[in-house]
Amino acid sequence: MQNLIDILELSTAEIDELIDRANDIIAHPEEYREKCKYKKLATLFFEPSTRTRLSFEAAMLDLGGSVMGFSEAQSSSAAKGESVADTVRTVGCYADIIAMRHPKEGAPLVASMHAGVPVINAGDGGHNHPTQTLTDLLTIKREKGHFDNLTIGVCGDLKFGRTVHSLIQAMSRYEGIKFVLISPEELKLPSYVKNDAIKKKNIPYEQTTDLVSVMPELDILYMTRVQRERFFNEEDYIRLKDSYILTPDKLTTAKQDLTIMHPLPRVNEISVAIDDDPRAAYFRQVKNGKFIRMALILKLLGL
Amino acid sequence: MNIDGITNGLVIDHIEAGKGMELYNALHLGDLECSVALIKNVVSHKMGKKDIIKVDEVIDVDLNVLGFIDPNITVNTIKNNEIVSKAHIELPQKVTNIIKCKNPRCITSVEQELPHVFKLTDPEKRIYRCVYCETKYEENK
Repeated sequence: MQNLIDILELSTAEIDELIDRANDIIAHPEEYREKCKYKKLATLFFEPSTRTRLSFEAAMLDLGGSVMGFSEAQSSSAAKGESVADTVRTVGCYADIIAMRHPKEGAPLVASMHAGVPVINAGDGGHNHPTQTLTDLLTIKREKGHFDNLTIGVCGDLKFGRTVHSLIQAMSRYEGIKFVLISPEELKLPSYVKNDAIKKKNIPYEQTTDLVSVMPELDILYMTRVQRERFFNEEDYIRLKDSYILTPDKLTTAKQDLTIMHPLPRVNEISVAIDDDPRAAYFRQVKNGKFIRMALILKLLGL
Repeated sequence: MNIDGITNGLVIDHIEAGKGMELYNALHLGDLECSVALIKNVVSHKMGKKDIIKVDEVIDVDLNVLGFIDPNITVNTIKNNEIVSKAHIELPQKVTNIIKCKNPRCITSVEQELPHVFKLTDPEKRIYRCVYCETKYEENK
């Protein structure tokens, strides 16, 4: 593995290796404090992000390395019209590894062809966001202890939510998985994701518009935001928006060991009243994001 | 209708009727100095109707272009009035700069100098996807 552009480039064995490493980092952080001493991570963020950029930077700092970069295209030469290839050729002269977010799909792949140092895709438009999926996988492993025999509910915007697509693709490689797809009609999972990741593999799935009715069977509930701008008319939005907001009353029939996840940022789709429920894993998920990125940086640097 | 036989050259045969012109353009045959014949709607036992292109010179043709447009095409090379080779055409695994990605969110939409590369992701349905954004190529979109 030289770069990480798409989660599907990783075999399940490679994912297991990264997760084991992340768990070891969590258990023995002191052993990793100087692993990346004198190494530099460049975070090239051509569009803003809070969580992803800070988690990459925190990951490198916790490994004893240093960080540099920019957090918006306006403060880079891209504003002068420099190509991605030229930007990363330059950065590759100074940094040992690059994490890149770009609004255009495929930009990190272009970067990986020219940088001369490992490139990590930190999100390219609505396309891929592999480190979010690794974060989700580490969270599932830590919360559940295993990847197989799980009923996974994904709820909200399944049409445009790239994190949901990647999670389904990644989890469909394990045994005994069942997916429950919960969304308004307008925001159903695209057929190509459903065909390739679920139907072709004969994975059982259920498609519903009603979150409450399927709640009792879920082991994992992965929430995403239903955005107003995704609807064709305001009426539908108003009619549907509350059905996809997770509130304590909707959890009354849920399993005691349900894991509630969310890629964040959340707006109102999970009530803050749930934050203290032990089943709410989304802030632990954020924390896991740093550890899996530490494991990934080490792997790509061959350390 | 009679078109002269060729002594040295290429016969691109079994082109799906109506696709001859597309192939002519894709192979840049208009740039050649030699005689080139594009024959449309030739009666064929197998195909009903087909197009044929004859080139009066042995030239290198990009078999990937041919394979992408139609893998059933045959290319016979003729030297001294005899067929000396029949090219075996396959659906190419990858095509570069033959088609363009039309996704406005793709990096190729803003970086003009990037090659447009598509890879074959479903040979049965002949689906090609952009290597950068994975958008499916659709002819008429």
